[in-house]
Amino acid sequence: MTDDLKQTCLHNSHIELGAKMSPFAGFDMPIQYSGIIDEHNSVRNEVGVFDVSHMGEIFISGPDALKFVNHIFTNDVSVLQEGGILYGMMCYPDGGVVDDLLVYREFEADHFLLVVNASNIDKDYLWIREHSDGFNVVIDNQSDRWGQIAVQGPESEQTVVDLLGIEEVRDLSFYTFLDAEDEEGGRVIVSRTGYTGEDGFEIYASNANIEAMWRELVGDGVKPCGLGCRDTLRFEAGLPLYGDELSEEISPLMAGLGMFCKLDKEEFIGKEALETQKVCGVQKKLVGIELDDNAIPRAGYPVELEDGRQVGVVTTGYHSISLDRSLCFALVDSSFAALGTVLFVRIRKRVFGGKVIKKRFYQTNYKK
Amino acid sequence: MSKIVDGLLYSESHEWVRIDGNIAIIGVSDFAQAEMGDITYVDMPSEGDELTKGEDFGALESVKASSELYAPVSGKVVACNKQVEDSPELINEDPYGSWIIKVEMSDSSELDSLLDSVSYEKIAA
Repeated sequence: MTDDLKQTCLHNSHIELGAKMSPFAGFDMPIQYSGIIDEHNSVRNEVGVFDVSHMGEIFISGPDALKFVNHIFTNDVSVLQEGGILYGMMCYPDGGVVDDLLVYREFEADHFLLVVNASNIDKDYLWIREHSDGFNVVIDNQSDRWGQIAVQGPESEQTVVDLLGIEEVRDLSFYTFLDAEDEEGGRVIVSRTGYTGEDGFEIYASNANIEAMWRELVGDGVKPCGLGCRDTLRFEAGLPLYGDELSEEISPLMAGLGMFCKLDKEEFIGKEALETQKVCGVQKKLVGIELDDNAIPRAGYPVELEDGRQVGVVTTGYHSISLDRSLCFALVDSSFAALGTVLFVRIRKRVFGGKVIKKRFYQTNYKK
Repeated sequence: MSKIVDGLLYSESHEWVRIDGNIAIIGVSDFAQAEMGDITYVDMPSEGDELTKGEDFGALESVKASSELYAPVSGKVVACNKQVEDSPELINEDPYGSWIIKVEMSDSSELDSLLDSVSYEKIAA
């Protein structure tokens, strides 16, 4: 099994740092170094750095690039400025989700970068190519050539300026990026984005350059953070994870992400199905639930009414580190999705009461 | 290398047992707490519950995962450690000082199938 796992360019460093490693999306990835709680708190209060080199980078260019990206993407890239980024999904015709992703509009006309989930790179690349008939575009999957780190937390701007010397990040607003060059003239992309609910940057560069930056940051005391706290942080910030809160079965509207689906666009794959869902309503909705007890709801646990009737299932749950409460996302019958609805989660042999609350559990601190 | 204390008995599922007359005092080993990481919740049985050796009687939850606790002996739960229930991190800090439950054993011959510290060291390496 381990032989089949891919390694990121930072694998040796993870081993040197004594990380607890585990398979994730086909990669041997660090789950934690000093501990999930410690790493989580560093990102909330100071700064931490993540290896996210497993993420996929697919470049799309050509005369029809804008039209094509708008064809496969739920959000509207025609309103995007050069240097701007949009979050959205690629959908199947039935409204199910192929993947959720970021689209970067590059500084060169008709050039876009799609950043996709590691677990979906092959599927996405195939999907994109299969739907490019009739579009004059070049599709280039460069996932193996790019490393990526995420510097996240309130001190991330100062960290990137002081330790990596990229002064221009001060001028980046949320969901914009800049292009820089490394010493060999290689491309470096820095965006003010992240997956933690805090201010922060995602940096893309050659594998060698990413390793140099990582060693600089970690060597200077920036805390290395694993996928364990990446999940606790994104969860508190109300951000979905593909496979848990979005999937072939869970549409963006079910997940409460309708704002990223521009149904007034001329066309995109899945538009009709999403329009129908919007008009007729969806049968299931993703909600946040706060439990009255410290017991921890985990993915797959049943969500019930007081009489024991099952009305949903937990998709992600934790005892929230920043909020010290037991919280979960759950996909429930839409009739029980209103804020304040009393629901119960079955945890092993017992049932714990709670109520529906907003999914953004933690007040995010993005720089606008 | 995880810490193993002489004089205790161990189960293959990483519980430790300290014998005090007819009472088995039960916790989890240093190996178990290290594997789990930060423990945030203890799902305790109730006093008076009857346990059967090998069956689960509760669970420990870390940030990331839950892990069942298995009864190393059969008997009646006579005490639950309230301190550990209120502060689960005590198990990480001092796994052998942080007992979870005390059980009045119904069949002390079951102890024979548990491991001593030397045998346990082989599976908790």
